[in-house]
Amino acid sequence: MNYTMDFTPVIDGLPNLLAACLGTFTLAICGMLLATVIGIGGVVLRQSPIKFLRWLVIGFVELIRNTPFLVQIFFIYFALPLAGIRLDPTPTAIIALGINGGAYAIEIIRGGVQSIPKGQMEAGLALGLHKAQVFRLIILKPALRAIYPSLTSQFVLLTLSTSIASAISAYELTSVSQRIESESFRSFEVYFTVTAFYLVISWVMMRIFALFSSRYFSYPVK
Amino acid sequence: MTQAAIRPDASEPMITMSGVGKWFGAFQALHNIDMTVGKGEKIVLCGPSGSGKSTLIRCINHLESYQQGEIHVGGILLGHASKTIDAVRREVGMVFQQFNLFPHLSVLQNCMLAPMRSLGLSKAEAEECARLLLDRVKISEQAEKYPAQLSGGQQQRVAIARALCMRPKVMLFDEPTSALDPEMVKEVLDTMIALAEEGMTMICVTHEMGFARQVADRVVFMASGAIVEEAPPAEFFSNPRHERTRKFLGEILGRH
Amino acid sequence: MGREEFVFLLMGLKWTVALSAVAFVCGSIAGLVVALARTCGIAAVERIMAAYIAVFQGTPLLMQLFVVYYGLALVGIKMDAWAAVSLGLTLHASAYLGEIWRGAIEAVPKGQTEAAKALSLGYVSRMKDVLLPQALRISLPATIGFLVQLIKGTSLASIVGFTELTRAGNIISNQIFQPLTVFSVVGALYFLMCCPLTIYGAHLERRFAATSRS
Ligand SMILES: Nc1ncnc2c1ncn2[C@@H]1O[C@H](COP(=O)(O)OP(=O)(O)OP(=O)(O)O)[C@@H](O)[C@H]1O
Ligand SMILES: [Mg+2]
Repeated sequence: MNYTMDFTPVIDGLPNLLAACLGTFTLAICGMLLATVIGIGGVVLRQSPIKFLRWLVIGFVELIRNTPFLVQIFFIYFALPLAGIRLDPTPTAIIALGINGGAYAIEIIRGGVQSIPKGQMEAGLALGLHKAQVFRLIILKPALRAIYPSLTSQFVLLTLSTSIASAISAYELTSVSQRIESESFRSFEVYFTVTAFYLVISWVMMRIFALFSSRYFSYPVK
Repeated sequence: MTQAAIRPDASEPMITMSGVGKWFGAFQALHNIDMTVGKGEKIVLCGPSGSGKSTLIRCINHLESYQQGEIHVGGILLGHASKTIDAVRREVGMVFQQFNLFPHLSVLQNCMLAPMRSLGLSKAEAEECARLLLDRVKISEQAEKYPAQLSGGQQQRVAIARALCMRPKVMLFDEPTSALDPEMVKEVLDTMIALAEEGMTMICVTHEMGFARQVADRVVFMASGAIVEEAPPAEFFSNPRHERTRKFLGEILGRH
Repeated sequence: MGREEFVFLLMGLKWTVALSAVAFVCGSIAGLVVALARTCGIAAVERIMAAYIAVFQGTPLLMQLFVVYYGLALVGIKMDAWAAVSLGLTLHASAYLGEIWRGAIEAVPKGQTEAAKALSLGYVSRMKDVLLPQALRISLPATIGFLVQLIKGTSLASIVGFTELTRAGNIISNQIFQPLTVFSVVGALYFLMCCPLTIYGAHLERRFAATSRS
């Protein structure tokens, strides 16, 4: 073994890499927001009285959960222009992340709503509140609390899967590191450092989630 | 308060049910229910499990819809339009077997939520009212606690106070003591007795026959989704007319 | 897309299956070691294993594949892409399965360990005959869930240059310029592999929930 490590290209590329971390955060956070919107919308449709809509949601969830994100992102990347939508790789990646995360969010949120005892809805209605009020004031917070651990670990997975967006050259950490690697041929050094960056990113994500949880869900339960 | 002031006034019915029929799919849970409850009257509803007691009182505030007949509450015809349902629900308080307090809200917030959101009370008004009623169910020291920090009996008393905060004209109780440990039953029953003495119109599904004897103006016995017999408690317990009533009383009193 | 192209995709599918199988089998063996070490009672070992798991669960699989691929070359081991991605996926699986099984071992009621100790069973027998059979049963739905995740994860081997199903799809789509058709077929093939597993996992979960309730 006579290889000497050389981190010079990594150090030179540090500003670029740090900027790319912001790109990764942007992808992750926009993806999460879109996933949440799709998740809530999906749950509403999933409970609609129209059978066709319910099956549409079930089909969507199963299709997404049983195919690789990489294939989904390729498909969306090629499908959007054919549908007349011209987007840069980065917004395209956000859409793909949102669709992928949304399918998981639907299942998680549905479980949370179902975990709230029926009596809570009934007690709210009996007090003269409207269904929407009951949902917003009574169901939402305990449901969020119930799903918070699984939803946030899904969001950490979503954050990690932003690296796959490099396949369509979205602006994020992995694609920038690939560029530095191909210019310097210091593959191991670059990827090792970037892996450590990701470790920090996911750790920061988890800290933010935990902080939010201790602020917002601090009521006691049995 | 004098006896006369709290005598039920049959001339002014608070609830009338006429010919009410209720189906769950093909299964008929209520058959042709006729019942009138006067202002200030206390009804104890009993019957074997599955006889339709819960279904009946849940129709009164439209937690269950009914398909046949008519229900009037406080002069309002309980139709299926959301407007009349809202109006009725504001007049009718309900207490559940499982308490159903909201876990993420403190005791005080549990009591303030509906008055603020449904009646439009200000925060100060709602809080004043909530503290008053928590005091009345003897739980005012716990106002800042969360439901999970209270015993079952305390939770149920909070649930009663929460319902009373809407200033209802009628209170419905669905087996309010059957999820409680025996030593907590009394505190809840005492609260209900105090409420009865103040002249509240009440329908209680319960198997606490001591409570029925002491408080009820009438005991209504149901079986298989129909009212089998109704009578003042003295008569109901000493001289039941129907075979099914005798059998039920034999089981329930023999057990105690 | 003609018959020839489809056959090429099926060749890729074969490698996806092989890669999934190797990573799952080897990852299970290594994962069992991880789970046992993670619950062995020696604080230092447990902490090292917790860190091992945290690293794999806190970084993208794609980066793990890159690091293994280039790391091996660097220490002088000349490996082809097949061996490198197999190793990368195996390590990845060992961490995830180790964590799933740790949870399951800890979910077995404490009384079971105590009863086994009271019967003077040694560590090996306590694990092999008492704890692991119960833990495996508890963890089966999650294990199957991870297998699905692993099968989907093998698609990232394509980025490292290994020709499995997704890369086969890329190649074909570049030849015939019908990316939507090609990736629909590729997606359908993944779906046919994963969906039965997903359904089976959900079925087990329901059955498990039903028996634990009664
Ligand atoms: N949501 C529902 N769907 C279908 N059937 C129902 C539903 N709710 C109640 N039933 C049926 O209606 C009948 C009456 O139920 P109800 O809950 O009113 O009985 P109950 O007298 O309150 O019994 P218990 O003493 O057990 O509370 C029962 O046979 C029950 O199975
Ligand atoms: Mg009932």
